[in-house]
Amino acid sequence: MQSHLVLLSVFAFFVSLVFAVIAKDSPRDQLRFGGLMFGGFLLSAFALGWLMYPFPL
Amino acid sequence: MRATAAEQTQSGGLVLLCLASWAIPGAGHLWLGRRAKGLIFLVALPLMFAIGLAIHGRLFPFDVSEPLVGLAALADVGIGATYFIASALGYGGGDVRAVTYEYGNAYLIVAGLLNLLVVIDAYDVASGRK
Repeated sequence: MQSHLVLLSVFAFFVSLVFAVIAKDSPRDQLRFGGLMFGGFLLSAFALGWLMYPFPL
Repeated sequence: MRATAAEQTQSGGLVLLCLASWAIPGAGHLWLGRRAKGLIFLVALPLMFAIGLAIHGRLFPFDVSEPLVGLAALADVGIGATYFIASALGYGGGDVRAVTYEYGNAYLIVAGLLNLLVVIDAYDVASGRK
C-alpha cells in the first residue's frame, strides 16, 4: 500500500468517521457530517495538489 | 467547601472511566451504554494505529531534548494499551527509508490524538454536559 491517494483517502475516512461519531448522535447526521468532512478532505487534497503543481520543490 | 462523599465517589468514577476510555478506545462509551459509538471507536482507532505500524510508522521515544519527538511520543501514547502492546511486541521501529514512513507517523499520531478526543467526549457524556 504505497499509493498516496489511497493512503490519504483511508486517513480521511478514519478521521471523518471518528469526528462524525463524536459530534453527532443520529446515524443520519453522522453520515451527512462524515460524508461532508471526507469530501472536504479529498477536495482540499486535490486542490492543494494542483495549486502546488507549478511550483516544484 | 469540602466535597461530599457522593461527589468524591462520582469524581473517582469519572477518573476510572477516563482511564478505561484511554486504555481501551471506546471503553468509556461502552461503559456508559453507548454501544454503537463505543464499538466504532473500538474497531476504528486500533485499526488506524495498526495501519500506521504496518506502513512503517515509528513509535517515538520520550526524548525531552527534542521537543517535537517528545510531543509525538505523547500523541502516540494517546492510543492507550495498544501502544504498550505494540512496543512490547517490537513494533513501531519505523523505517525512514520507506516511502510511507511519514504517512505511518501521521496515522500513529492522529490515532492517539483522536483517542484523547474520545476520552474527552466520554467525560462530557458522563458528567452530563452532552
